[in-house]
Amino acid sequence: MTNTTPNDSSSSENWLEQALAQALTKPLTHLINLENPLDFNGYIKAGGYMGATKALKEFSPKGVLELVSDSGLKGRGGAGFPTGMKWSCVPALQEKKISTDSPFNQNANEHENSYLICNGDEMEPGTFKDRYLLEGVPHQLIEAMIIASYTISANKAYIFLRGEYFLAAERLQHAIDEAYENKWLGENIQGTNYQLDLYLHTSAGRYICGEETALINALEGKRATPRAKPPFPQVSGLFGKPTVVNNVETLCNLPHILKHGSAWFKDLSPDSDPGTKMYAACGQVKNPGVWELPMGVTIRELLYDYAGGMKDGANLKGLLPGGASTDFLTEKHLDTPMDFDSIGKAGSRLGTGGLIVLGDKHCPVAMVLNLLQFFAQESCGWCTPCRDGTPWAVEILTRIEQGQGSHEDLTQLNELCDFMWLGKTHCALAPGAVEPLKSAMRYFKYDFEQHIEQGCCPIEANKQNHQEQLVSNKKEANHGE
Amino acid sequence: MNNNNNDFSLNQRIPSVMIADEEVDFNQYLSSAEMSAIEHEVSIMETRESVGIEALKIVQQHRGWISDDSLIAIAQCLNISSAQLEGVATFYNLIYRQKVGHYVIHLCDSISCHLTGYDEILNVIKQHLNIVYGQTTSDGQFTLLSNVCLGSCDKSPAMMIGGKHYHSLTSDSVVAILNGLSQNVGEGND
Ligand SMILES: Cc1cc2nc3c(=O)[nH]c(=O)nc-3n(C[C@H](O)[C@H](O)[C@H](O)COP(=O)(O)O)c2cc1C
Ligand code: SF4
Ligand code: FES
Repeated sequence: MTNTTPNDSSSSENWLEQALAQALTKPLTHLINLENPLDFNGYIKAGGYMGATKALKEFSPKGVLELVSDSGLKGRGGAGFPTGMKWSCVPALQEKKISTDSPFNQNANEHENSYLICNGDEMEPGTFKDRYLLEGVPHQLIEAMIIASYTISANKAYIFLRGEYFLAAERLQHAIDEAYENKWLGENIQGTNYQLDLYLHTSAGRYICGEETALINALEGKRATPRAKPPFPQVSGLFGKPTVVNNVETLCNLPHILKHGSAWFKDLSPDSDPGTKMYAACGQVKNPGVWELPMGVTIRELLYDYAGGMKDGANLKGLLPGGASTDFLTEKHLDTPMDFDSIGKAGSRLGTGGLIVLGDKHCPVAMVLNLLQFFAQESCGWCTPCRDGTPWAVEILTRIEQGQGSHEDLTQLNELCDFMWLGKTHCALAPGAVEPLKSAMRYFKYDFEQHIEQGCCPIEANKQNHQEQLVSNKKEANHGE
Repeated sequence: MNNNNNDFSLNQRIPSVMIADEEVDFNQYLSSAEMSAIEHEVSIMETRESVGIEALKIVQQHRGWISDDSLIAIAQCLNISSAQLEGVATFYNLIYRQKVGHYVIHLCDSISCHLTGYDEILNVIKQHLNIVYGQTTSDGQFTLLSNVCLGSCDKSPAMMIGGKHYHSLTSDSVVAILNGLSQNVGEGND
């Protein structure tokens, strides 16, 4: 990823030239500049706002919808839902199938105003890809949101940004202001009569706000618990109006699909889900980072060619392929392509596409405990299986990790996994907690049992001195939460 | 983070003397700068209720934290009950419902940091400042809190202080950062 632009103009021309050479292979990141992101003029010079120009001047909203549907773009927020299909549920884009005398059809002709929300909450542990897009090329997201808003007939759009991303907030607000000054936001955008107001909302630190219906409650000023679905937000979302919530990375694909077409997009990754993906790796690897690659690179390529392999001479113990709420995979899955179907078949989820890598010098039980502590703390408390189940799992895991667990504890953990599984909770947070827990108990069964049989952590036992401090830290952390 | 007992967090209200909502008059309580910033947010959203979090942040920026009086004043200003606003305020990690130090250290305790040296960094901070999670140093300079993943997992361990992110922390660098900040307070130039 290109990170620096020297200030003098000849080297910045050089930078741009090099960046543009990658426009067709690394559409999302070729213009990223973390130190000095392109301002409005710089972005225009780099071909920016051409996708939005095309959408507004050459396409009808339905035309954009067809193009995006045809591109096969799937949501990058975790679930991989096809973006075109999501948009097509918005009433303004619905075919008028209902007969005209239906009482539900009163609004069919007056395209009801809708909202677009960009989900920039990015609080899933091990996920930091959106941050690069937000901080590195803010105008790309604004251009993307103009295209999406136009398509779903929204005149108001929000960027919902996590509260901790101060730098991103500053850069986005600056870019929004520039876009207003240059008639890319506000009334009569570029003389097309289309109006869009775009606002930045910064949150204040709570993971559940990333769940799209909780996010909508948060924006309405309510306590951010998820809503029941249906109705789906596309029909009744923010202030009861049709609302589309899309992830930052999903949206950032749009200008490029508009510019280069859906065939190009599909050709980026002929054997996999269409397009490129912001892949990442963190944890116990030599070279953690983010890379935009064609969809479907294998875990092995990502781990060894890009992330540099394991650090400190450790061997791979396991990894989470797409953030904290995905199932563990192990050595035997290394040749699995990182796309939605393949990772699904391997028993996990592509999630956000960021590997969290565990080496064999670190305790897998301690890792799972840390993950469950996260979910227990971030549970919104709305439904019992999650509110009570996640802290219960933490209690049991703490016992096991400290060498005071029993075999019944393992049975109980398994039962808890069933109680918190899909369909039994109000939203996907609790099932997301089950995924790493249940898979860890399967792949690292031996480690769990050794904790119980030896009455201590076998790995930590080797580092006796260290351990006392760890335990006292953990105790204090318990008080701190 | 055993959620059952001894739960203690700055965004949770400690039982305090109950103040009747009528005892605070928001028109007098909130400064004109606070009011105009809140009204600006109201002009953007469809309802007054929906700017709860913005209003809390605005007042916190001016006063450092959200006292009971502040909470009641904001609720009045937004025409909602203080109970409803409390439900919002206590939901978020970055809204402080207790007095905090000049700098609040938000140390990431999520998985990537856990795998790359969080324990050691926490120890160093605790020893250096002589506080544990949830506490403020006796000189009022630093409060120590945990934070979920800060989005710096490729440069972990990470922490955030006063809107600034620090990453790739080592025992030495974290002490240097804290010393630098405390010198700032001392010289009154931050
Ligand atoms: C607990 C929870 C947290 C989530 N956090 C995020 C998030 O931070 N960012 C995001 O884009 N999607 C997040 N999602 C997924 C969203 O609900 C939603 O599916 C997504 O924003 C849709 O965007 P997409 O269709 O572009 O993928 C979360 C889901 C759950 C259940
Ligand atoms: S599953 Fe957890 S986070 Fe989701 S609604 Fe239930 S309690 Fe809240
Ligand atoms: S886990 Fe600490 S920054 Fe992500």
